[in-house]
Amino acid sequence: MRDLDEKALQAKEKKAAIGPDIDLDSYRSEPVPHDYLEDIGALSEADKKQMILAGVDAKEMERSGSFVQKDTSVLHARSKQEGLEVIPIKEALKQYDWIEDYYWKLVAVDTDKYTARVQLDLHNGYVIRALPGSKVFYPVQACLYLEKEGLGQNIHNIVIAEEGSELHIITGCATAAHLRRGLHVGISEFYVKKDAKLSFTMIHHWAEEMMVRARSVGMVEEGGLLLNNYISMKPVKSVQMYPTTHLVGKGAVARYYSLLVGSPGAEMDIGGRIVLKEADTRAEIVSRAITNGGNIIARGDMVGEVPGVKAHLECRGLILNKGTIHAIPELEGKVDGVEMSHEAAVGKIAQEEIFYLMSRGMSEDEATATIVRGFLSVDIPGLPPQLKAEIDRAVEHSDKDMM
Amino acid sequence: MLQIEDLQVKLGDTEILKHIDLEINPGETHVLFGPNGSGKTSLLMTIMGYPQYRVTGGKIVFKGEEITNMPVNERAQLGIGLSYQRPPTIHGVKMKQMVQICAKGEVDAETLAEKVNFSEFMERDINAGFSGGEIKRSELLQLMAQDPDLLLFDEPESGVDLENISLIGNTIGKLLQRDFKLNAGKTQKERRNERTKMGLIITHTGFILDYVTADKGQLLYDGMLTCTSNPREIFKCISEVGYGECIRCAI
Repeated sequence: MRDLDEKALQAKEKKAAIGPDIDLDSYRSEPVPHDYLEDIGALSEADKKQMILAGVDAKEMERSGSFVQKDTSVLHARSKQEGLEVIPIKEALKQYDWIEDYYWKLVAVDTDKYTARVQLDLHNGYVIRALPGSKVFYPVQACLYLEKEGLGQNIHNIVIAEEGSELHIITGCATAAHLRRGLHVGISEFYVKKDAKLSFTMIHHWAEEMMVRARSVGMVEEGGLLLNNYISMKPVKSVQMYPTTHLVGKGAVARYYSLLVGSPGAEMDIGGRIVLKEADTRAEIVSRAITNGGNIIARGDMVGEVPGVKAHLECRGLILNKGTIHAIPELEGKVDGVEMSHEAAVGKIAQEEIFYLMSRGMSEDEATATIVRGFLSVDIPGLPPQLKAEIDRAVEHSDKDMM
Repeated sequence: MLQIEDLQVKLGDTEILKHIDLEINPGETHVLFGPNGSGKTSLLMTIMGYPQYRVTGGKIVFKGEEITNMPVNERAQLGIGLSYQRPPTIHGVKMKQMVQICAKGEVDAETLAEKVNFSEFMERDINAGFSGGEIKRSELLQLMAQDPDLLLFDEPESGVDLENISLIGNTIGKLLQRDFKLNAGKTQKERRNERTKMGLIITHTGFILDYVTADKGQLLYDGMLTCTSNPREIFKCISEVGYGECIRCAI
């Protein structure tokens, strides 16, 4: 631990490689106490309403466990199923030695000032773990909620899908309706072990002045699958993240899907990197970005290190009304025998598509909304119906604001 | 009734329709012939209301209402429907949803789809990867759901294999109330007299004439309607002497 602190201290002023720099001192960091709730049904109606927009349901219908953190305090952490653990990370660090094997093992603590801040002033976060062979049928839901104006929330999450397990997680990051300004710094480390399957769906539902810096790295062993979905449709000031996954076992698979909407004033720099390190590994990155005034950078990077890997990157952008989209797809094949491809397209809605729908009786606005919704409707194989429903809902909800 | 009077249309700076007069009465179907580039598709697109086809003179009246400057969707709502030759693909919008859009929701999409042998395409994105024949069946399915009073068909038989041509021809016949079936209640003459649907069909090959009866043939040459006659006569004339002869009639 002291080692980590030392490294973090050295990186305390280290600016990130990409994304606008943030003055971290301008955000408060002292703990904001909230009482623990035995039943998340006891959350205030206002909080519930905001959380549901990020896919977190206080009724816990069709959920196998829940984790809720408000500001710096954990309100609730519970597993409803055997073989599933949902533990606040601070508790895990105190109680379990095994956590040492995962804590800061994928993300380097001295990556930049944001990783350093989370190490030096950790508020909390979750450890979600599916024990070997356990199939967690319903998704686990986690909510990282910000209520205190001007707070910088420092989070560290660790997800472990043990050998042969199956785990689905939805994480909703949301803010109270009144909150305007805040900072969320989140570290996530994903461990997908042999033949395990993990789907991780993150819905961001932020406020207009929110700054977000996420640092996440995953690792997938032989025969494992990591499915990583990211949905951000609501206004935000600045988000920068570049989640990376290492496919370290034969036949490991990673797939990223992201749906982004850039509102006026938003700066979104969203990437995805998958490193294919073993034979027969496969990777796919699909991104759909729409802007109606925001600036979006959609990055994708695939690195093929051994022969016999397959990777495809698809990045499509739609500029509805002002704003910019910068698609940066990168492929790096380091040996012969890799099969890697990408397609990228940025444009506006084709007039002929609008007229086609209008000639079937739709108004121009309805036609535009239908095309936009279609653009954002990406089939994600392997996603449980509950999570598909949450994504559909986020999309439905967004087009009301967008038009 | 559709009335087109002295219609002049420009696409960009090019005059593509010149002083067109055309009248389609309720229950009538016309077939539109003409060489490539003569303006057939432009005429259909202008009737549908595509704004890049700029009306510089004349007017279009449908059901007694002048529609010359009416937006596309309002024309659709008034009862005009178009079967496209090459419709665009819309990603993420399923065929099933499109059928509901056409019918404004009040439709059993699956049952309609069965009629044009299209059930297996209902969960596919509109036109994504469809073959020529599949596109035509998709268009007809949409028109069946929309149920317009004036139906415009842009080369409904192009790219269709022999197996599907009769399905397409007969479906168009039904849409235009030109199918013949035994009906205990009404005589065939009564059925004919009660026809209300109007049709305008562009054809290159004439195959469609084997399946759909038509009242009139129109020949469009260099943006002008130069000949109105029995559709089979026009078709036979073109087949035997070619469009080259049309220039003599156009002068």
